[in-house]
Amino acid sequence: MTMQTIGRPTRAEAIVGSVPATLTGGRGLLQDEPLIFELGGWSKTGVDIDEPALDAGDLGDLVRAAPIGLPGLSEPETLRHYVRLSQKNHAIDLALYPLGSCTMKHNPRLNEKVARLPGFADIHPLQPTSTVQGALQLMETLAHWLKTLTGMPAVALPPKAGAQGELCGLLAIRAAHEARGDGRKRVLTPTSAHGTNPATAAFVGYAVEEVGQTACGRVDLADLAAKLGPDVAALMITNPNTCGLFERDMLEIARLTHAAGAYLYADGANFNAIVGKVRPADLGVDAMHINLHKTFSTPHGGGGPGAGPVVFGAALAPFAPVPWVVHGADGLTLNEHGDGSQSFGRLSAFHGQMGMYVRALAYMLSHGGDGLAQVAADAVLNANYIKARLRGVLSAPFGRPCMHEALFDDRWLDGTGVTTLDFAKALIDEGFHPMTMYFPLVVHGAMLIEPTETEPKAEIDRFCDAVLALAAAAKTGDVERFKGAPFHAPLRRLDETLAARKPKLRWTPDEAAA
Amino acid sequence: MRYLPLTEDDRAAMLAEIGAPSVDALFADVPKAARIAGPVDLPPHQGEIEVERQLASLAAKNRSAGQGPFFCGAGAYRHHVPASVDHIIQRSEFLTSYTPYQPEIAQGTLQALFEFQTQVAALTGMEVANASMYDGSTAAAEAVMMAHRVTRRPKAILSGGLHPHYAAAIRTLAHVAGVEVVRQPAAVDAEADVIAALDAETACVIVQTPNVFGTASDLTRIAEAAHAAGALMIAVVTEAVSLGLIRSPGEMGADIVAAEGQSIGNALNFGGPYVGLFATRERFVRQAPGRLCGETVDADGRRGFVLTLSTREQHIRREKATSNICTNSGLCALAFTIHMSLLGEVGLRKLAAVNHAQARKLASAMAAIPRVAVLNPRFFNEIAVRLPKPATAVVEALAAEGILAGVPFARLDPTAGLDDVLLLAATELTTEADIAALGRALEGAL
Repeated sequence: MTMQTIGRPTRAEAIVGSVPATLTGGRGLLQDEPLIFELGGWSKTGVDIDEPALDAGDLGDLVRAAPIGLPGLSEPETLRHYVRLSQKNHAIDLALYPLGSCTMKHNPRLNEKVARLPGFADIHPLQPTSTVQGALQLMETLAHWLKTLTGMPAVALPPKAGAQGELCGLLAIRAAHEARGDGRKRVLTPTSAHGTNPATAAFVGYAVEEVGQTACGRVDLADLAAKLGPDVAALMITNPNTCGLFERDMLEIARLTHAAGAYLYADGANFNAIVGKVRPADLGVDAMHINLHKTFSTPHGGGGPGAGPVVFGAALAPFAPVPWVVHGADGLTLNEHGDGSQSFGRLSAFHGQMGMYVRALAYMLSHGGDGLAQVAADAVLNANYIKARLRGVLSAPFGRPCMHEALFDDRWLDGTGVTTLDFAKALIDEGFHPMTMYFPLVVHGAMLIEPTETEPKAEIDRFCDAVLALAAAAKTGDVERFKGAPFHAPLRRLDETLAARKPKLRWTPDEAAA
Repeated sequence: MRYLPLTEDDRAAMLAEIGAPSVDALFADVPKAARIAGPVDLPPHQGEIEVERQLASLAAKNRSAGQGPFFCGAGAYRHHVPASVDHIIQRSEFLTSYTPYQPEIAQGTLQALFEFQTQVAALTGMEVANASMYDGSTAAAEAVMMAHRVTRRPKAILSGGLHPHYAAAIRTLAHVAGVEVVRQPAAVDAEADVIAALDAETACVIVQTPNVFGTASDLTRIAEAAHAAGALMIAVVTEAVSLGLIRSPGEMGADIVAAEGQSIGNALNFGGPYVGLFATRERFVRQAPGRLCGETVDADGRRGFVLTLSTREQHIRREKATSNICTNSGLCALAFTIHMSLLGEVGLRKLAAVNHAQARKLASAMAAIPRVAVLNPRFFNEIAVRLPKPATAVVEALAAEGILAGVPFARLDPTAGLDDVLLLAATELTTEADIAALGRALEGAL
């Protein structure tokens, strides 16, 4: 049956004046959605379970008496609640997500499918190893790919994210120095380092010292040489660095570091720029973590889970954490206690992020060695294209080609009254996720744009057009557009100061009455 | 290659705009000596059919839990996950979004995290919870670091019932932080022994309930003793479903709860990814690790949520941060929250009751086998049994018969001298036929 349209005008009347607010808080497809605690019933559930015949009398006074305070919903209500919430998120599947240093690339759905095969998802970490030969083989295969791509002889798979990878690397470095009775106290990081680098070094008990950078955005060799010394345990470096530039003097940096008896730790967050093109081993790296959720496309999931395997050179490999896969007489098995090794110990329970290993390996097998080199090529090409399209209007602190991310500063906004933050929020109104802002810290008002290789040219053009249109607006005094932005997001600009001043970290029942 | 959208024409047009002769020219800063000459020594790209076939053949070499009777636990539990949980977490908006640094376009993730924090706080009986840790063991290790910061004392006392992997993860961090770790001998029911070890140097005691042997105990006296000595009590829970039946650690006086949330909403996944639950008292929140989501308002006064108190965190505080954690377990936390919302209080209590009832049946069946002893005075859904021979060989023999007969304690701690102890878990997925099959097979193997 077709809709009867006679007498039902489908064209809106011309609206005079401002758009009226809705009466309910909903806005078209965007629903105003309460918290589960305001929706759910204390007697409702979306799971049918029969009360067991046996009671819990044997537990005596251990049994809960008071209510827990957990509301429940039926299945349809649950779906609706979380689908409504989902529609308030930006996502890589929706539009460009150009967060520099975060590598927001396409997440292939094949990887989700295979990770859910019962043979991977429904196996227990402590089953007899004879019953999980396929899982151990998968770990071996993943290790082979990571070692081949980095040129490193060993890899520790367990770390659960990049920061835990850094921890793993520095723990091995500390163990290696301690094994020689060498109690080195300092770790050097460039001023442009990710915050996790100094945080990790401090966590491992090191004093952190910054190495300056040159006017062209790279490690200052003279400053490095001056700060290296017999008490420096390691230099932590990111290459390509967080300014999106390759450290041209990397071989000299490695030579100086090693000459001082220190190890060279590489933060592999930016490996996407060089995968299949450059092997970190050939750059003199002793250890490097690889964020599987960046370069190898396991989904970011709104903040994890990630995975951060660490590749090691021969000097550090003996200190790697348990467990690792071992070839035994009856197939593959696991060394879970470090028997006969100098392992620094265990980072976490069980064997690491198997679910992420499956996805990462599926990604690697799909691309192959040839496809991964193309990943780096296209990622670098896309970033340089953005840099080229925007360079006449936005100011870039550094010339020359960039690697996988294009860095701009805020000099071009001088005198407009618009800040980097305002600009980013206005970009939200245009349908894009903002770039990374105010990082790296070495550049004033930094805007760091990483498109990744999975963006089509048309989407990049659409993004550049939006940035250029906004830039024109900023320069012609259309400041209102920026100061109040975003206007069209699910919420307007949020008061982060209030949140920090009066922390409210959970729902409390008295809200219901308010 | 199906994931790479650029065409050769695109690449040429883009190079022209850049003014570079080739993509290689963009890599000019890389020293020639460090560039890979020629193709990488790895197989070439493959289609979806080939990759799926290859991975399915690896998966087929594993014996999955659903293929037969299954009793493994020891920190990872096989529970039913409603189909809608997995459906929702695969929505693009949740799966393919980043950490919610731009709150105006991340309210979906942020509101779910706020719900997660509230659910975790309620479940553990604590005042505040963070937005997740990697897993229970790293949550426990971070809890020890936090107790060290709060009390400025140098010693941590680990109960003999603490999961050995958790003890090992704690020791790794404690070693480099200069915290002395005193681990008591592995014991099925000796939580209260930590009390005698308390002294003026003690930052915290770490006790687990139900412990790694499955024994459930009241921690109230331990908390009181710890507080009297000026120390904190960290309660570890590896089976979150137990909190549906057993009094919460908060009720028992815990200062920090470090728990594994895998049981709710998350599959076994051979050990990861899981989701660490971290909850504490409000007065300690500024010493807590990890992300926190808080409520605020937008420019129009509407309620919204943001990441907050980030001056504790690495991206702001750098070397002075409370932890180096950045990415955590966002999507696993979402799965937890959705499953918990489906269960509600009613469902969770029933689920916990069923788990406990199945374990009681399992315990009865084990106790009926000659020369097998159930060791726990009280348990939730997991028991420890003593066998007349080493458990590892028995488990291997039963695996060959298609029964995954739990975890030999020696697998977790080969030095404890408990080679004859076997850990067996039951959940709502354990059937009476499974228990009967295990009983028969065990009798045959002993």
